[in-house]
Amino acid sequence: MSQRLLKVIGAGSAVSLIAMSAAQAQDISLTVVSWGGAYTESQVRAYHEPWMEMNPDWEIINDDGSANALAGLRSQSEAGNVTWDLVDMLPSDAQLACEEGIIMPIDHDEMLADGEDGTPPSEDFLEGSLGECFIPQIIYSTVVTYNSEMFEEGNYPETIEDFFDTENFPGRRAIQNRPAVNMEWALYADGVDPEEIYDVLATPEGQDRAFAKLDTIKDDLVFWEEGAQSPQLLADQEVSFATGYNGRIFDAAEVEGQPFEIIWDGQVVEFDGWVVPADGENVDEVMEYLYWATDTQRLADQASYISYGPARHSSQDLVGQHADLGIDMAEHMPTHPDNYFAPIELNNEFWTDWRDELAERFNNWM
Amino acid sequence: MAQADASMELDNRSGGSVEKMVTADGLPLKTSLRRAERRSKLFAFALVAPLLGFLLIVFIFPMAQMMWRSVDNPQIINTLPRTVEALEAWNPSAEELPPEEAYAALNADLAEGLERDRGAIGRLQGRLNNDVSGARAAVRSVAGQAGDRSEPFKDKFIEANALWGEPAIWRVIQREGRPLTASRYLRALDREYAPDGSIQMRDEGQRTYVALFMRTFALSATILGLTFLLGFPISYYMATLPMRYANLLMIFVLLPFWTSLLVRTSAWIVLLQQQGVINSTLVGLGIIGDDQRLSMVYNMTGTIVAMTHILLPFMVLPLYSVMRGIPPSYMRAAKGLGAKPWTAFRRVYFPQPLPGVAAGGVLVFIISIGYYITPALVGGQSGRMISNEIARHIQGDNPGLGAAIATLLLVCVMILYWVYNRLVGADNLKLG
Repeated sequence: MSQRLLKVIGAGSAVSLIAMSAAQAQDISLTVVSWGGAYTESQVRAYHEPWMEMNPDWEIINDDGSANALAGLRSQSEAGNVTWDLVDMLPSDAQLACEEGIIMPIDHDEMLADGEDGTPPSEDFLEGSLGECFIPQIIYSTVVTYNSEMFEEGNYPETIEDFFDTENFPGRRAIQNRPAVNMEWALYADGVDPEEIYDVLATPEGQDRAFAKLDTIKDDLVFWEEGAQSPQLLADQEVSFATGYNGRIFDAAEVEGQPFEIIWDGQVVEFDGWVVPADGENVDEVMEYLYWATDTQRLADQASYISYGPARHSSQDLVGQHADLGIDMAEHMPTHPDNYFAPIELNNEFWTDWRDELAERFNNWM
Repeated sequence: MAQADASMELDNRSGGSVEKMVTADGLPLKTSLRRAERRSKLFAFALVAPLLGFLLIVFIFPMAQMMWRSVDNPQIINTLPRTVEALEAWNPSAEELPPEEAYAALNADLAEGLERDRGAIGRLQGRLNNDVSGARAAVRSVAGQAGDRSEPFKDKFIEANALWGEPAIWRVIQREGRPLTASRYLRALDREYAPDGSIQMRDEGQRTYVALFMRTFALSATILGLTFLLGFPISYYMATLPMRYANLLMIFVLLPFWTSLLVRTSAWIVLLQQQGVINSTLVGLGIIGDDQRLSMVYNMTGTIVAMTHILLPFMVLPLYSVMRGIPPSYMRAAKGLGAKPWTAFRRVYFPQPLPGVAAGGVLVFIISIGYYITPALVGGQSGRMISNEIARHIQGDNPGLGAAIATLLLVCVMILYWVYNRLVGADNLKLG
C-alpha cells in the first residue's frame, strides 16, 4: 500500500470517527423500566415508537425490572449510580420511594399537560390517583377468572362467593402468593361490605377471619408469583379459577382466543404509573417526554393495545378500538359501568403499613 | 539468575575459619538469594493478582457488605437522637407510656429531620415498620406538621395516630436506638424481644425460618441421596465401557448441562403438571382415573425431581473420573482370591471411588442449599427453600432480615463443611 493511500485512509477514518461521536452526542437515550410482556408492548406502541418517529435522535430502551423497582431504585441511589431514567411503578411503592427521597417530587399542574378540554392535571386525573411523586397512567384491576371449558354450561360462577364455594364450583384455584387482594376477597366473600374491608382487616380478629375463610379453599389452592403464570395455569387447565391482572387475561382471552371469563364482582382496582428517579442523568429529557406521553390522547391510545383504563377523565371518551382486533375496548375496561358494580379499591396506605407482618403470616399459612 | 553462579571461597589456610559465602558479583549469598526470591515472589503475586482482585471485588467485598447490612441499624439513632436520649430513663416493661419529654423530643427530632433530610424520615418509617406494623403511618401522621406543633405533644400525637398511645412503638425506639442491632438475627431464628427485653419465641403463626432452614437441609440431603443413587451406577457403567461408548454416554449426561436452566425447569413443568405428559399417559393407559391426576409439580416433589436432574452431572463427573482410574484388575484379583461378587464389590471396589463420592456429595449438597430459581418455579409452597425467603426480603422492605438469613445460611454451610472435614477430611476430596 502506498504512503499516500494510507494517509487518505487515516484521514478518512479520523473524520468519520469525529462525525460518529458528534452524532452520538446529539442522541438521547432513555432507559424505561416497566413490567414486560403485553404491558410493555402497549407502552412501546402507544408512547415509545410514535415518539421516536417524531424525534429520530431519541432512543428508548426497555427494561423489564418493574417487579423489583423499589429494590432497584434503592440500590441505584445507594450506589450513587442511577441508570434508570423512568420507572413504571405501583403507587404504594412510589409512596415509599418518595418518602425515602429516591424519586422526584412532581408538581402535576406545572409539569404535565392540561387535558384536551383545558382542565388542569390535578383535576383531570382520576380522584385519588395522584401521588406526591407519582404520575398515574392507567387504572387496572385484579380479577377472578375461570376457564369456561371446565364448568358445565349454565352453571358458571358469577361472584367472589362462588370462588370460595368449592362444593358447587369444584376445581383448583390459583391465587398470588401474597396477602394483598386475597385477604380482601376472603372478607368480601365472608360478607364484609367493600367499604369496610380495610377497617376489619386492620384488626387481629379481622385478620383471623380472613385466614379462616381462606382455610376453606386451602386444599384447592395453587400459588402463582409472576403475572404471566396465572393465564398459563388457566390455559393448561391446571386450575379452573385463577386470579390475575385484567389486561393479561384480556390478552389471553381476546388475542389468543382462550375460553376465559372474567368475574367482575369484587374486582380490586388500583392505579399504576410513572415515577422519575432523583439524580438521573436525563431528568429534563424525561420530563419533556412525560409531558407528551401522559397527555389526553396518549393515555387513550394505550387503551387500544391493552384493556387498562386511562387515568385521565378527558381520555375516557377517546378510548376506541383494539389496534389489531378492532373490537370496542370500552366494555373491557375495569371502569366500564357494567364492570364497575362492586369494586374494591386497593388501599395502598394499609398495605404499606401491614405488608411486612401480613406477608410473613401469609407465607406461614401457605 | 544472579545466584546461579554462586561460588564459595574458602580460606583453609588462615586457621580453618569460614569466610562469608559470596556470589560472583561480590554480594553475600544470603542477600542475593533473598533478592532473587523476592523477585520471583513478586512475579508469582503478579500472576495471581488479577484473580485475587476479582475475588475481592465480586466475592469478599459483597459478602462483607451483606454481613454488615444484617447488623447495621443507623436509622433510629441518626434521625431521633434526642428521643433515644429522653427514653433512657423510661422503663419499657411497665405498661406505661413515656413522659411528655419523650414526645417533645420526638417532635423536635422529626421537625429537624424533615428540614435536613426528608429521605431519612422515610427510611426511619420503613425501619420502624419492620418491627411494628402501622409505624409507618404513625410517623407519617405526625411528621408533616412537626415544625408547627406546640405542647401538649403527647395528646396531640395520640390523637393523630393511636399507635403513639401504645408502649410497643416506644419500646422499639428505645431498644433499636443503637447503631448496631441483633434483632434481625432473632427474627431469622423465629425469636423476638419480650417487653422486658428478654428473648422469647414468636407466636406460633409467625414462626417461619427455622422450619424453612430444616426443610432446606432435608431437601438438599434428599437430592444428594438421589443424585448418588442415580449417579453411581451410571458412572460405574461408563467407567467399565470402552472409551468410545463412554464418551457417547457422557454426552447424554452433559447435554442437559449445556441447556439453559430455565428451559430444563420449564420442560419439567410440561412433563409433570396435572394436564402434562406423564399424567395424561397414566390416565390414557387407565392406570389412574381422570380425577386422580397426580400433583407432581408446584410442590416438594417438583423441587426434588427438577433439582436432582439439574445437579446430577455434579455427582457423575467427579465419580466417573475417579472410577476411570481404578484398575479393573483389583476386582478380578478379589474374585480370583475367592470373594463372592458382592463381597468383592463392597470390600474391594466400593472404598476406592469414595473420594469421588465425597467430592460430588459436597458439590451437590452445597449447591442445592443455596438453590433459588428452580424452587421458585416448580416448588409451589411446600417446595420453597430458604433462598426464596432471602430473595423476598432483599427485594422487599426488610433487606437487613434477608442479609441476616443469608449470613446464617453461610455459617451453616461453613459448620457443615467443618464437620465434613473432621469426619472425612478435605484432603480426601477428589475431583478426578
